[in-house]
Amino acid sequence: MSVRFPLLLSLLLVLLSLVPVAAQAEEVVVYSARNEHLIRPLFEAYTRETGVKVTFVTDKEGPLLQRLKSEGRNTRADVLLTVDAGNLWQAAEEGLLQPVTSAALAANVPEHLRDPGNQWFGLSLRARTLVYSTERVKPEELSTYEALGEPQWKGRLLLRTSQKVYNQSLVGMLIAEHGVEKTEQIVRAWIANLAAPPFANDNAVMEAIAAGQGDVGIVNTYYFGRLLKDKPELPLALFWPDQQGNGVHVNVSGAGVTRHARNPQGAIKLLEWLSSEQAQNLFADANMEYPVNPRVAPHADVAAWGEFKQNPINVSRAGELQGEAIKLMDRAGYR
Amino acid sequence: MSDPSSATTNLSPERAPLAGARSGFFRLNFWDGWRLFALLVALLVVVPLAVVGFSWLTPAADIWQHLRQTLLARLLLNTLWLVLGVGGLTLLLGVSLAWFTATCEFPGRRFFSWALLLPLAMPTYVLAFVFVGLLDYAGPVQTLWREWFGRDAWFPAVRSTPGVILVMSLALYPYVYLLAKNAFQTQGRRALEAAESLGCGAREGFFRVALPMARPWIAGGVLLVLMEALADFGAVSIFNYDTFTTAIYKAWFGFFSLSAAAQLASLLVLLVFLLVVVEQRLRARRRFATVRSSAHTTRLHLKGWRAWGASFFAGMVLLVAFGIPAVQLSLWALGAYTEEFNLRYFGLLGRSVALGLAAAGLVGLTALVLSYAGRRHADPLTRALVRVANLGYALPGAVLAVGIFIPLAAVDNALIELAESFFGLRLRPLLQGTVVIMLLAYLVRFLAPGFKPVDGAMHRVTPSIDEAARLSGLRGVALLARVHLPMLRGGLLTAATIVFVDVMKEMPITLMTRPFGWDTLAVKIFELTAEGEWQRAALPAMALVLAGLVPIILFMRHAEK
Repeated sequence: MSVRFPLLLSLLLVLLSLVPVAAQAEEVVVYSARNEHLIRPLFEAYTRETGVKVTFVTDKEGPLLQRLKSEGRNTRADVLLTVDAGNLWQAAEEGLLQPVTSAALAANVPEHLRDPGNQWFGLSLRARTLVYSTERVKPEELSTYEALGEPQWKGRLLLRTSQKVYNQSLVGMLIAEHGVEKTEQIVRAWIANLAAPPFANDNAVMEAIAAGQGDVGIVNTYYFGRLLKDKPELPLALFWPDQQGNGVHVNVSGAGVTRHARNPQGAIKLLEWLSSEQAQNLFADANMEYPVNPRVAPHADVAAWGEFKQNPINVSRAGELQGEAIKLMDRAGYR
Repeated sequence: MSDPSSATTNLSPERAPLAGARSGFFRLNFWDGWRLFALLVALLVVVPLAVVGFSWLTPAADIWQHLRQTLLARLLLNTLWLVLGVGGLTLLLGVSLAWFTATCEFPGRRFFSWALLLPLAMPTYVLAFVFVGLLDYAGPVQTLWREWFGRDAWFPAVRSTPGVILVMSLALYPYVYLLAKNAFQTQGRRALEAAESLGCGAREGFFRVALPMARPWIAGGVLLVLMEALADFGAVSIFNYDTFTTAIYKAWFGFFSLSAAAQLASLLVLLVFLLVVVEQRLRARRRFATVRSSAHTTRLHLKGWRAWGASFFAGMVLLVAFGIPAVQLSLWALGAYTEEFNLRYFGLLGRSVALGLAAAGLVGLTALVLSYAGRRHADPLTRALVRVANLGYALPGAVLAVGIFIPLAAVDNALIELAESFFGLRLRPLLQGTVVIMLLAYLVRFLAPGFKPVDGAMHRVTPSIDEAARLSGLRGVALLARVHLPMLRGGLLTAATIVFVDVMKEMPITLMTRPFGWDTLAVKIFELTAEGEWQRAALPAMALVLAGLVPIILFMRHAEK
């Protein structure tokens, strides 16, 4: 009697969990931390052009890396696509990617925007730069990231939270340039100048500057582009710091071929296509970013922000120094 | 009893007669199906918890040292504030509103009775985003404020401890409200009338009779709220408020140390486990069974300012927790409609609803069987199993998702190896990326919110009812179906509603375990908000809220009858 019902139920649960999935035809499978609305049009274009189907699933970087690691050699993923060099560096560090020899990729992606060991390649570029109120700041007053710690910016600086990887990479690059001790002084000086506690996102930083809570901040270029597209009347402008020195801190979204890819050739072809002249605008423009391929011009709206000198240090340094950067920011009280 | 250990430990008065009636029927008592099922479900939850616990084998001393030196003091304090603040405020809001709508009469009571549940459909992170957007310096409220009172006019800081507590409490009070209302509605007025006949006033009746009688339900609701608050990442990160959970994510995504993250998370589970044990010890050996009687016939008619005060209070809570954010979301959704809407939305909506329904059914059924197992076997082992099975809710979603995924992938890998070495086949992973696994993962996560209401309802089934049924020859499944199920219907519906809405809002497990192409509304919200596109995210968020409203309204209509 009463034994049967729950027993059956248990049995059913076990049986149901064994239903197999049908195998699929040749295709490229992508694990992506870059969002669906930014990559779907791209993959659809690729399929139209080549007939190769691209299947993808999105998630945050951390879970995606863990997923790859747990699946080991049985993973279905051929390509890992993610944002921020730190995450790409980590994927390579954990042995989740494989080196790729491709003349096309070497020609399309500048050296400082790809892994020195060719395990991953930048595909779009974003700069983390200064944004200021055109009503209360003259561009001549601005110079470098470090200078935002000077006394004239007391109570005028606004920052995004240190939890965000973009700030961790920025501080990582500062460490690469100045060393830990000097960077910690810089960050402490920033914190002393804050007009409000750090915000959850770049948009909030810019809106607070527009509203007058502060006068200057640090943001990614595409956030600025998207906000100004919606609200062109906002009195905000970008400034390219450190043009006499090392240049603007840049970061990438990029991809690599997974170590246990079943279709590595298909994966490499997809990466080559993504870095090619025909796809670069499609890739970068969708998010108001810069193409990495130097032969491709950015979208007119993006080009209008002016040209700038990029920091030539390889972006993978940001990954190596990420842990150090977080510790430093925690010590300096940067929340 | 054929199991001597449970005979000696079974002191719970409501269970004793039951066990007595069964003696001699089972030889196979220990591996009785009910207990076997409890064991199976507990195992399902224990595996991810064990994965998290095993992290202690991989030391992460330098991260711990760093945390101790810099953040630990603040985030412990912040977490403490969150527990006290959100626990206290949801208790206050949930119980008072439940009391008014369940036992009093005031203008608009029928409407508020179901409408006060609406915030359940509003994800906490959405509420947080709307409030920070509206009330922070750059938002419309403060902008207007400055125009009226000058640039330096004082305004309370929104991104602050009280701000987080308030927003989270507004989002989470429905758990307490729902369970407390259930309790007040089913406890009947007899005890209260008896108290009145002994000279208790209305206030005394509430504090000395009704409240203690509703305690398991209220405690269950508050516990759910605390688990949600402790595991929340979305809302606290919008406030940039450091808690234990933000440290977990920092360890994982920042230091790339999953083991440090899991170690921190295991402490969170331990904390919740202690809360559960302490609460249950405090009310051990009380019985809460009452016969459903003339529950609604004699409501307390509030008069004059009391009546309007009750309406105003309920109205304000509803306005702030649901009205304002819903209007803001609608405005954004309208603005983003042309850019964002496409036919794929029907697929997203359909999958969200299908997963929600399937999970609600699965969790409801499991909770029922589990609660029944706990009722039939009051021995420490089964009770411990039932308790453990409820702990999945205490982990931050992403940590639980990984805890589920690691063993899952290991099983898959082992199966593939086997197939390869025995049959020379190169198989694809069998388990990963199947909807069944997704549903099992939801079961692990949402068993607690499903179990609490069902178990609460189970308390209402008196031993005398069982005995009467037994005397008329009803046993086992027949007893469950014909006698218990009708009595448990309210609890089951509550469970199904909560789980349905919770599953639709859930992100990390959905993201990690979904089959290719199985995007849902929550996935869409994640995609857009991860890129800061909150206005575009209003469209899927609105769709999610609307889909969540349907069961809430149906459920409350049903419950009011």
